[in-house]
Amino acid sequence: MLKIIFFAQTRELVDCDSVDITFEAKLSQLENIRQLLVTRGDKWDLALQREKLLVAVNQTMSPWDTLINDGDEIAFFPPVTGG
Amino acid sequence: MINIQKDDFDIAALYQQLNHSQLNPNGYGAIVTFVGKVRDFNQQQHIGSMTLEHYPGMTEKSLSDIVEQAKARWPIGDPIIIHRVGELAPGDQIVYIGVVSAHRKAAFEACEFLIDYLKIKAPFWKKEQTENGTHWVDAKETDTTAATRWEKAK
Repeated sequence: MLKIIFFAQTRELVDCDSVDITFEAKLSQLENIRQLLVTRGDKWDLALQREKLLVAVNQTMSPWDTLINDGDEIAFFPPVTGG
Repeated sequence: MINIQKDDFDIAALYQQLNHSQLNPNGYGAIVTFVGKVRDFNQQQHIGSMTLEHYPGMTEKSLSDIVEQAKARWPIGDPIIIHRVGELAPGDQIVYIGVVSAHRKAAFEACEFLIDYLKIKAPFWKKEQTENGTHWVDAKETDTTAATRWEKAK
């Protein structure tokens, strides 16, 4: 199982905090996970455009070529604006 | 110490804590602190209030990473970082960074490094409530530039 979490405007656009998806070999690439989520609808497609999207794998900011394993926690969110 | 909290913070109490929590408090001749506050304007719009969201777990982890980087680079004691979340009003304190060092240069630089990196690395997001509705704050290019200058300065 993969736990996918969303924050800030990404969460508001997809209108959900998190989803669990079953891990398969074809989901070992972050881009494949993103593409799978995008098929859920227009809002998902809009929210998960790569240009303004950051990804964290197991709570560490990660590049798009990071390999994913079963049990990983993956978070999608916009550029951060704290401080 | 790193703390993410809804409550306000007392800079006098944090100053005492910063002073007394060090292993050898008298070895530090410089204390630099930074406080970030909510402005009542942003990009020509009046701000009524602001909501801050974070990623529990990752936010603390990313701040610990930034602290470790600062400690590897400057001879500083244990810094204190406090960041508030939830609803805030103009004038409210958002963030506190306190750094101690033997001399001022390291304390100033490390404090600036910590806030610059916090701004681009730590998962916090601001949503502003204005007279024209609510919107998420866009990340600023100038914040990225401020942080990358430390890479060049290495």
